[in-house]
Amino acid sequence: MSKPALIRLVAPFVRTDAERVPSTSSRSARRRAGRALESLLIGTASLCLWLGLWQLASTRDWQFFFRFDNIPAPSEVALAAGELVSSPKFVSHVQNSLVRIFAGFSIAAVLAVSVGVLVGHVRLAALSLLPPLEVLRPIPAVAWIPLAILLFASAEHSMIFITFIGAFFPIFLNTIHGVEGLDRRLVYASRTLGAGPVDVFWEVVLPGALPAIVTGLSIGMGTSWFSLVTAEMISGQYGIGYYTWEAYTLQNYPHIVLGMINIGVLGMGSSFGIKWLGRRAMPWFRPEGSAA
Amino acid sequence: MSAAPLLPDVLSASGAIELRGVDIHFGDGKTAVSAVSQLDLDVAPGQFVSILGPSGCGKSTLIGAIAGFTPLSAGELRVDGRAVTAPGPDRGVVFQHHTLFPWKTVLQNVEFGLKMRGAAPRERREIARAMLDSVGLADFAQHYPWQLSGGMQQRVSLARVLVNRPRVTLMDEPFCALDAQTRLSMQELLLALWHDYHITVVFVTHDVDEAIFLSDRIVVLSERPGRVKAEFSVGLPRPRTRDLLTSAAFMQLKRDALGLLFDGSGAAASGYRGRAEANPRPSRTRLARHL
Repeated sequence: MSKPALIRLVAPFVRTDAERVPSTSSRSARRRAGRALESLLIGTASLCLWLGLWQLASTRDWQFFFRFDNIPAPSEVALAAGELVSSPKFVSHVQNSLVRIFAGFSIAAVLAVSVGVLVGHVRLAALSLLPPLEVLRPIPAVAWIPLAILLFASAEHSMIFITFIGAFFPIFLNTIHGVEGLDRRLVYASRTLGAGPVDVFWEVVLPGALPAIVTGLSIGMGTSWFSLVTAEMISGQYGIGYYTWEAYTLQNYPHIVLGMINIGVLGMGSSFGIKWLGRRAMPWFRPEGSAA
Repeated sequence: MSAAPLLPDVLSASGAIELRGVDIHFGDGKTAVSAVSQLDLDVAPGQFVSILGPSGCGKSTLIGAIAGFTPLSAGELRVDGRAVTAPGPDRGVVFQHHTLFPWKTVLQNVEFGLKMRGAAPRERREIARAMLDSVGLADFAQHYPWQLSGGMQQRVSLARVLVNRPRVTLMDEPFCALDAQTRLSMQELLLALWHDYHITVVFVTHDVDEAIFLSDRIVVLSERPGRVKAEFSVGLPRPRTRDLLTSAAFMQLKRDALGLLFDGSGAAASGYRGRAEANPRPSRTRLARHL
């Protein structure tokens, strides 16, 4: 990727800060842009250095504790990537994974946020729902795979279920945290301004918990990818996790790395997407806290 | 006090507060704390009353009770003859630190009470804008609270309460986190708004200057459990400006009030204390008489 393209890629994330603060002078915006460019240059240089080391290790078949003789070199990976772009099979792998993520994550988001808000806001809900959920919480999503296969008729559904499990708890716990961490004085203030219980919920509790909910969604997106890839490796027929594992069983080693890179890019992209949406939904939010 | 002219849209006889034998305890058994004990207080409609007292004397508890957050352990509390049971928009509260909704713009914050009342969006925006204008923040309607200074945040808080046209405005040390200059301009603004809107104000403070400068009447609470130790009228002419703060009349009042607050120092103070102890009803003394 050329440097201007890279800068354009990062620019939206750099610029939003300046946009949120109308009073920020253009000089400090420029200073921030300069700092972003600096970190970009150093980051790229470091990346190139490590890629070079890897290339060296693979082509020379280095063997010192790590065995590089079977590890594909970056150049081989790049060649394989060239073939891949034109392969319709690969596109459908990615599509399958994306559909599963979207389905599992969406269901998790809706359920975890609504149950989380309920548990955080309504005492009875906390008393009745928390104990069973606390029992389930420490079970990692991967451990659900055998049961998920039994639980659903189609492998597709069981994988979506695993994705759902992976995303649910981070979102759920963060939502509860957000509701419970709400400044009670805001609730008091709203009531002295005429807000009833329903108004308090929609006007104060929900927006007040939103920063924590967005954090939960962002973490949940990461864990849902983690869970999905594992599920696909074990029981999938399509999908990027399956693709990676298949590359190993077929001794198609460059494609293992390609699969990994793809998982990384997709995971990072969707997390950025969540953060971007969160920022759009909360133009008022300052991470360091707005209470002056 | 010269009678403030009434705006036609404000009920003239509203905002009377009545407390009779009010007790407020927190906790049970051994950890029980009595915050307010046997407190009687009457506030006339449109009056500006300051509650003055040492920290921890139950001043804020009293505000909480009138607002309707804090249940009474005993006694009666009525606003315009109706017993207070829950918070409501007829009793606005301005807290020590602002409680503006961070996710709403300044305008949306001020609109909030009207929205709760079901006012149409355009109508409430218009009223809120006019209100913002009267606290001098018309240019900040689209800002978020964190983008404002402390003084501006409290001005928005005030606007957000006044837009509801409350019968009573309760203020719990609203300016004590501000620097001295900002505090003084906030006090002047508050007096102007109080004059224009003819609201009843109960103003909690530990700052004697502030209490004298603002109030018609000052109620001094004793140490915990808080009860009315003494009260006096402030007969200084209105409208009051900052020049008053250095006048001889103001100084005299301040000396007397300080004596009351730190009981035992000064003849006036011991005099008040004696009377307050001899009589369970608070002594009413017009200090301004000898001005």
